[in-house]
This record gives sequence, structure tokens and C-alpha cells, in this order.
Amino acid sequence: MSYDFTLGPAQLTALPSGALHWPDQRLLCVSDLHFGKSERLARRGGALLPPYETRDTLLRLQTDIDTTGARVVVCLGDSFDDLAAAEGMDEADRLWLLRLMAGREWVWIEGNHDAGPTDLGGAHLADLSRNGLMFRHIGGQGDDGQGFEISGHYHPKVRLAGKAYRAFLLDDRRLILPAYGSFTGGLWADNTTLQTLMGPKARAIAMLPGACVPMPMPRG
Amino acid sequence: MTLPSALDDWFTAQGWVLHPHQRAMLDRADASSTLLIAPTGGGKTLAGFLPSLAELAGGHSGLHTLYISPLKALAADIRRNLRRPVEGAGLPIRIEDRTGDTTYTQRRRQRSDPPHILLTTPESLALLLSYEDAPRIFQGLQRVVVDELHALAESKRGDQLMLALSRLETLAPGLRRVGLSATVEDPPALAAYLGERTEILTADPGPDADISMLDTTTPPPWAGGGGRYAIPEILNEITRHQTTLIFHNTRAQAEIFFHHLWLANSEDLPIGIHHGSLSKDQRERVEAAMVSGALRAVVCTGSLDLGIDWGAVDLVIQVGAPKNIKRLVQRIGRANHRYNAPSKALLVPANRMEVVECHAAIQAARAGQLDGEPRGPGPRDVLCQHILATACAAPFAADQLYAEVITAGPYATLTRPEFDDCLNFVATGGYALRAYDRWQRLMLRGDTWGLRDPRAAAVIRQNLGTIIDIETLKVRFGRGGTPLGEIEEAFASTLSPGDTFLIGGQIVRYEGLHDMTVEVSRAAGRDPKVAVFSGTKFATSTVLAGRILDIFQQPRWPDLPRHTAEWLTMQAEISRLPEPGRLLVETFPQDGRHHICIYGFAGRNAQQTLGLLVTKRMEAAGLAPLGFVATDYATLIWGLEPVTDPAPLLALNGLRDGLEGWLSGNAVMKRTFRNVAIVAGLIERSHQGRRKSGRQATFSSDILYETLRRHDPDHLLLRLTRDEAMRGLVDFSRLEDMLARVGGQIDHIALNRVSPLAAPLFLEPGKIPVDGKGRERLAEDAARALLRAAGLE
Repeated sequence: MSYDFTLGPAQLTALPSGALHWPDQRLLCVSDLHFGKSERLARRGGALLPPYETRDTLLRLQTDIDTTGARVVVCLGDSFDDLAAAEGMDEADRLWLLRLMAGREWVWIEGNHDAGPTDLGGAHLADLSRNGLMFRHIGGQGDDGQGFEISGHYHPKVRLAGKAYRAFLLDDRRLILPAYGSFTGGLWADNTTLQTLMGPKARAIAMLPGACVPMPMPRG
Repeated sequence: MTLPSALDDWFTAQGWVLHPHQRAMLDRADASSTLLIAPTGGGKTLAGFLPSLAELAGGHSGLHTLYISPLKALAADIRRNLRRPVEGAGLPIRIEDRTGDTTYTQRRRQRSDPPHILLTTPESLALLLSYEDAPRIFQGLQRVVVDELHALAESKRGDQLMLALSRLETLAPGLRRVGLSATVEDPPALAAYLGERTEILTADPGPDADISMLDTTTPPPWAGGGGRYAIPEILNEITRHQTTLIFHNTRAQAEIFFHHLWLANSEDLPIGIHHGSLSKDQRERVEAAMVSGALRAVVCTGSLDLGIDWGAVDLVIQVGAPKNIKRLVQRIGRANHRYNAPSKALLVPANRMEVVECHAAIQAARAGQLDGEPRGPGPRDVLCQHILATACAAPFAADQLYAEVITAGPYATLTRPEFDDCLNFVATGGYALRAYDRWQRLMLRGDTWGLRDPRAAAVIRQNLGTIIDIETLKVRFGRGGTPLGEIEEAFASTLSPGDTFLIGGQIVRYEGLHDMTVEVSRAAGRDPKVAVFSGTKFATSTVLAGRILDIFQQPRWPDLPRHTAEWLTMQAEISRLPEPGRLLVETFPQDGRHHICIYGFAGRNAQQTLGLLVTKRMEAAGLAPLGFVATDYATLIWGLEPVTDPAPLLALNGLRDGLEGWLSGNAVMKRTFRNVAIVAGLIERSHQGRRKSGRQATFSSDILYETLRRHDPDHLLLRLTRDEAMRGLVDFSRLEDMLARVGGQIDHIALNRVSPLAAPLFLEPGKIPVDGKGRERLAEDAARALLRAAGLE
């Protein structure tokens, strides 16, 4: 069950997977995919984590693209755990990703983990402005205090009835997306940075399995 | 072997006469492996050291004897105790301890110039063996003395230690081993654990202990734990004895009890508290006060089960049912460390069910019937860690390491394919998808396996050890204030500012969470919300559970206190009493939820598994279960819909077939996976100072577990998780035995309110939520209520 809402000029839909759908633009937006996280840790001599997070994430992305019929895909930064992870991507995963990209407008917004172009094609941008919405990695950075903004970076999560869920955070100007990648932790929504960033009337949209549930943003 | 004359003279001057078993240890000084079983206070440790002292009296260069104890404090204490005879007899022996508390400089010096006798812990030994210079440190080693072997053998620490001994045997061929143990139910099994051809030496067990139930004016409560009702009588016993140890089964109960004991302590008797969640400073203060005789009583948990010879303790009080006869007998041994004097113990049942269990335990202890579950083969997550640690010291050949590993008792039956599986996991991750060819952790170069990146050794060493802490947060007064101890993260997350809880015997008020520290202030409240410390939970043994059911079958209970006899009579009238060979199931409404209570008497772990399996079936049947709680006697489940026919939920048919799929998604398996993954080296432990801060929060082990289940269901760690869970937390065999015995003879009693026997379950900690439709319904309701409250809907 998805959740529909309005941000400025746009009618948007939060999907239970953590993706954002903009039906008018046939646009799908996901944030913090962190492809190649396990590979990066292994390269540094650390533990050898299950090398499946990339295909796990791709599988969900494919499902969301199929169900929404998106023509435009915006990845809001930290799509790769680092730039070497983009190069070290497993061949099968890489082909899968290229198949998803084929025939679509694909935008890679730069994040702090992946500041720089990869050889995967698509557009590499610091930020993207489209039909009254600004897409950037970190909310509030380079903000002129006007307009409407979609961002990621913080991986927000909330507690409901004693359990943690990833969540969207929404106020009248800003939307922060949850992390979409499989191996990603989270930041509690009552963290000071998020409290400062979001307006007093902000709400959270918790991603229960199969349902998006709106609630007031938790306040510390 | 005879004692050197200087030592003999010194003993004579002290008026000490060697016990027969101490003499026997000297006589068998050349035996390759010896297990000494002796009661507490029998001079066990000295017996283990005598051959070393005798050999060292003639001079020796380098390390001669390694002593390993489960407790750091014990190592330090033994060092002090050994120095007396050594210095008294003027022997040229250098004795040092080495634990996590030893300074960096001293540890470095110990590696370049080892003492004659080194006292250490299994973890410190594993670390020593992972250094490149291990062969040089240990080359002249003659003897290893393992203290409290019975306790070590109950956990992975013992398995790790036995692997370390197999390594030592290679570095110092001809090494002799000695294991020291309290009374155990199966000495040959423990001997095989220590090593091949281990000879058993049993000391005179001394006089029988004096055990009885404490008489109280107030009967124990109908429900609950902690034994508060017995405080007047316990205070009276404290005044009548020199030093009393008051054991509790959980930290939370020790806290509540201590709080109320203190309120009732009108004579201001000096009483302390000691448990594993208190800060080290606080524990050390209590230990020092005990040693100096400044305390009349200590309220404690298993943290005082082992260790230092407290000497003056003349009474042990066990509050709450002992769960296990062997541990009760060992605990009682803490009283009166003078050999040949009977130990005195009083049992205080915390509620009426425990009256029956305590009664059963006293019967069993008097009959000398000990209990214990046989150990399975050595866990392979420990082996994975051992392989990784071995590679840190030097490259190794797989054939040689395998040959060495199977000399360790717990790994004697390990097959070569099982070993290769572990090696493959450590080297490549062991995934079906070969993703790490470039980044393997271990590389085969020539015939030997070594670290790909030698710099990784430092991090690997930091993560050695098999003790897995539950994730806890430090508790302090104000910002940067005095540390009070730790509470579980899960408990902290349920606190809101203004909530109060008990820690270290005081009530504190939760102020907030800053930099991973719980900040509190002093609170004056009298009714704290209690911290849910989860101490180790033991299941009531099969022997005890059987004895309890037998007691239930008596027509009357003249041996039990009247209140308990009346309570059982009441249960028999309102519902009925559980019987061996049948299964009692009660259903009733309570607090707006439907409840079902299943009296399996299969022990906590199996009852928990029963909870998991039955709630799965309830979920499938649309009964919207919300959660359950399991005790040693029963499982209580609550949900949004009533259960009218429990029989299909409990049908044994297909239970094992369905078990795999059913269990794999649940919280117990996730918790077990986390432990296995940390020990095997897949998850690096968070370290102090390196701990997650804000957004760098590591994702949970649950995600790794789910990912593996989806993409690599046959992965080694999932197999190890299943093995461990089936043996430990799941204890499926005990559940299966119970259901087979019952054979479908289920007595369903539908009641309109909670029964006398079910009432205690409502106060049990450790409630397990069921993730399903029921919980989603509640989460959605909660979100809607918040929206309404905020005026948003």
C-alpha cells in the first residue's frame, strides 16, 4: 500500500519499498543504493560479507520500475559505496543494471560516497531541478530557502510499537528518502540534525512490510 | 615426585598437611593429562600447581606453566596466593598474570621475557597464540593447568581453549595438562573433553551439605519473582551468620531485591550488590570489601558463581528456583570454604510454583542426583575463528592444522570436509557466488594459507573471543558523570524521559540518550520501571521438571508449605494440574487479549520454540497472535482472536518438516545467527571508541541473515546457526520428546479468567513479539492515534 501526498506543485507517491514515484513525470526516485558495499569492505581486508546486496537491491529496483512503468529514474546519491565499487561490480549485476537503464532517462546525483562519474552511462549531476522540484543528495545544502527539495543521505528510521522501520520524512518544503540499499543502517528521526532540518509540522512515513504508514515525525 | 625440601619445610612451619589428592597430583606429575575433581575449598588449585613448584624449584629458563581461569580476578587472586609459599620457601619462581587488564608495556615484556608461571584467561591465550612470536614464547612450556574446567566446558570459551591447547601441544610437544573441576555428573565426558588419555582423580567430596527451605511468616506471592516477601527472615539469617551470599537468577531480580532489602535494613548491616551489568569499579569495590570482611552479605548473580575464595562465607541463600541441581550444589559449595565442614544453604522460592521446584531440587540434591545435558560436538564458528587467528601468527598447511584440531576433545569427531568448509569460509567467505577472488581473506601460497593483507591481523586480534555481549549502553549520572553500569539497548529504547528504573541498587530517572550513553538523574520514586537485564537463562533440567510433575500427582501435599498445597488444590478445582504423559492447555481472556497457556514442562528453551511454532500456525490460521512468553513450565501466547481448538496447533505431524521454514524467520534464529557470525568473524564487534555514531550506524545482523537466506540458503553460517539453535535456544529435541510422550492426549480447559497456575506468566520478562498481521494492525493503530493526537487527521 503506497502513500500519496503533495509537495509544492507535485503529486507524489511513497512506495513501501522506499522509492518515490512521481506519476505525472513517470519518474522514479531512489536514494542511497550503496551498491558494492560488501566488496569495498573486503578490499580493505575486513570481513567477507554476503556479496548479494547489489542484486538484492537491483531486484527491488526492477520490481518498482516494472510496477510504476517509470521512464525517468533518479538515483539521489551514494548509489555506489565508492567509485572503485562501481568499477568492481560483478559482471552479471552490471548487465542487469544496464538493462534497467536502457531506454530510460537515468540520472546519477553525486553523493559523498560516489562524488564523480562512473563508466555506466546516464547523466551525472551534482543536483537536478525538474518541474519545480530540486533533487540533491544532502537536504538543505546549497538551499536558497525557497522551493521544494527531495534528498537522501540520512537514512531516516522511526520506531512504531517498539520496532524500527525505515521512513520518509516530509514537511511543507522537503522530503527525505529512506535508504534503498540492502546493507544500509539508519539514523533515528529524532536525531538533532534531522530535527533541525525538518519543520515543526513534519511527518514521517514509515515503511512497514507492504504498507506506508504516515505518522507525526518523532520529536526528541 | 617429592616436594623440594624448602617447600616441605615451609608447609610444616605453617602447620599445613597436604590433602591426599594434593599428594596424588605430585605422584602423577608425569601423566600427560589429569582431571582432578574436588569440592570447593579442597585446595584444588594448589594441587594443580604443586608439580610445577616442585619442578621449578630446581631452576628453569622461560615459561614452564600456563594457568588458565575463566575469570580475570581469579588469575590475580591466584598470583597472590601462590606467591606466599613461593616467597616463603624462597623458590626462584617468577609468577605473573596476563589479562585484558594488564598494561601494554607489561604485555610486551611478557612476550619477550615470559615468567615461569603465567596466569591468564582463554581469550588472552588465544591472543598470545595469534602473535608471530608464539612459537618462541611457548617452546619450553611444560604444563598447563585449567581451572574451573566444568564451567569453561559449558560455553564456547572452553572449545576455544581446547583448540588453543591443541596449538600449544604442537608448539611444545610433551606438554602435560591438568584440569580442575567441581563435582560434575559425567566425569569421563569431561575427561574426554580435556584430551585423549585423561586420567580422572577424584578427591574426597567432604560431608553432605545442609540444605533446607527458608521458613517465612508471609507465604511467597502467587506470582512474580525476587523473593521480597522473605526479606525479614533473610535479614534475620544475615545477622545470625558471619557472611551470607544471596544468589539470584537474574540481574533485574537482584536489583529489586537489593533495593527492598536495603529499605528494610533498619540495623544498617553492611550489604553489597554484585552482578555483571555493574561497572567494573563498583564490582571491584564490593569484592575488596568482601575479602576484608567488611560486608555481612552480598546480593549477587552467577557473577559470583566462580572464583575467589571468600573464606568467611558461612551461608548461601538461593532466591528463586535453582533450575539445575548441579549448579545448585556447586553454588552451595561457595559457603564454607573450609574443607571437611558442611556447607549450609537455604532456598527461597520466589513464588508458589518455585516452592514445588525448590522442594524437588532439595530431594534430588539429598539423593545425590545431578543433572546435565550431554555436549554436542565442538561448534564450528569457534573453529573458524581459530583458523583465522592461526593465520595471524603464521601461514599454515591445511593438513597439519586439521591433524592438530582433531586432537582437541570437542573436535575429535570433526571430519575433513567439515574442516575444509570452515577453511573455505574463512578464506573466501564460502559463498555460492565467488565474488571475492581478488579480495580473499586467506590466500593459498605454495602449500600454506596466509593472510592476503597482513595489516588485517590487528583487527582480527581485536575481535578474538567467544563471549558475545548483548548490545548495551552505559548509564551515567548527567553528562560525563559517574558511570553506574550498563543496560540493554533494547531496554533503553523503551524508555522515555521521566521513566525510572533500578541500577546498582538505586532508582534513577531517565533523562535522555547522548553519544551512546544513557543519562540519568537521581529519582525519589518508590515504584521504578525495572531494567530488563537479560542474564543467562538456564532451562529447568529434565530431571527437575520430571520431579515436579511427580509431586503434582500426589493426592495431598503434606511436605509442602500449606499455602502452596492450597494453591495446587485451587488449580485442581478451577482447572486441573499438569500430568506426566498428558498436555494441559488453558484458554482465557485477560487485559482485552485472548490467551492460550500450554503447560509442557519442557524447559524454557523448548517452551520458547513451542511458542514460535504455535504462533506461526496461529498466524496462518488468521488468529493474529501478538506475542508470547515462555517459562520452564509453560508457554503463554496472546493474540487478537480466541483459540477454540488447540489440538491442530499442537499436532506433532509434520512439525519437524515444517520446522526449518517456520523457524528461519524468527527472532531466536536471528539472535543465534548474530552470535555465530560474530564468533566466526563475519561481523566485527563494535569497539569502544569505534562504536557507531549517528548515521554511520552499522546495519543489523538481521539484514545479513535475511540476505543469506534469500541468496545462499546453504551457506555454512546458516547451517551452523541451525545446529546451534537446535541444540541451544531451540532445544527442539526436548519439545519433540514431550509431544511424543503426550501422543495427542491434550486436555483443553476453557476458562473465563486466568488460572492460578497461569498467573505467574504475566510477570515474566522476555516477551517475544510476533511479527505478523496482528502487530501490523497495532502499528497502524498506533500511527493513527499519533496523527489524531497531533491533530493531523
